[in-house]
Amino acid sequence: MSNTITLKYTVSSDDFTRAGEASSTVKSKLKQMNLPPEIIRKVAIAMYEGEINMFIHANGGEITVEISPTEIVIVLEDKGPGIENITQAMTAGFSTAPDNIRSLGFGAGMGLPNMKKYSDEMSLSSNVGVGTTVTMKVFIK
Amino acid sequence: MTIKDLIKKTDFTVINSGSNLESSISKPFCCDLLSIAMSKAPANSAWVTVMGNMNTLAVAVLADVACIILAEGITLDTAAIEKAKQQDITVLQSNMQVFETALLVHELINA
Repeated sequence: MSNTITLKYTVSSDDFTRAGEASSTVKSKLKQMNLPPEIIRKVAIAMYEGEINMFIHANGGEITVEISPTEIVIVLEDKGPGIENITQAMTAGFSTAPDNIRSLGFGAGMGLPNMKKYSDEMSLSSNVGVGTTVTMKVFIK
Repeated sequence: MTIKDLIKKTDFTVINSGSNLESSISKPFCCDLLSIAMSKAPANSAWVTVMGNMNTLAVAVLADVACIILAEGITLDTAAIEKAKQQDITVLQSNMQVFETALLVHELINA
């Protein structure tokens, strides 16, 4: 019998006011599971940044969250434009977010750096014109 | 100082009252860029900002702040007020500038 719980979410591309709902839902579930607050905070921040990125840059996508007794694995998959220069994208302060997104308080170029900072392991693969997949792990033990 | 004390001791308007009014406020925190607020807002802080939109509410929930204080008389639209109610987020409004608002919170916490 598996002790892993799998949750799946679709991030829509048409309503920015709903961006963050998947992260909020996961946060509530982790709270119900009585996980330590610092683990929940790391997952919530890393996943929210990913969710916002998918909305801003990739017309939405799919998020899978796997919760096991030892780790939480978050996989973000999109069919967006892909990232040409990953090193540049990972640099704090670099952003390609449009002005309308900046006016809402995003686009500081902190998304990917925050995802890396708040996850214990992060890997990113991207193909231009095909899409991007980000896998983040937060260890529980 | 609890959120309830803060409301009593200031003339901040209560835009939405969450169920956490008895919670203590750790410190004031000022930021309008949501990604920075998301990663830097201390837990249980009073977050002073002029960014009043749906995403502000999402960040407040995810970062576990005690309350949002919208400075400069900024308010939320009807949809955002509804969201604050649903998510049980305490949102206050101050007519002062960001710095003065945060300073007042700081002084009251340390009084």
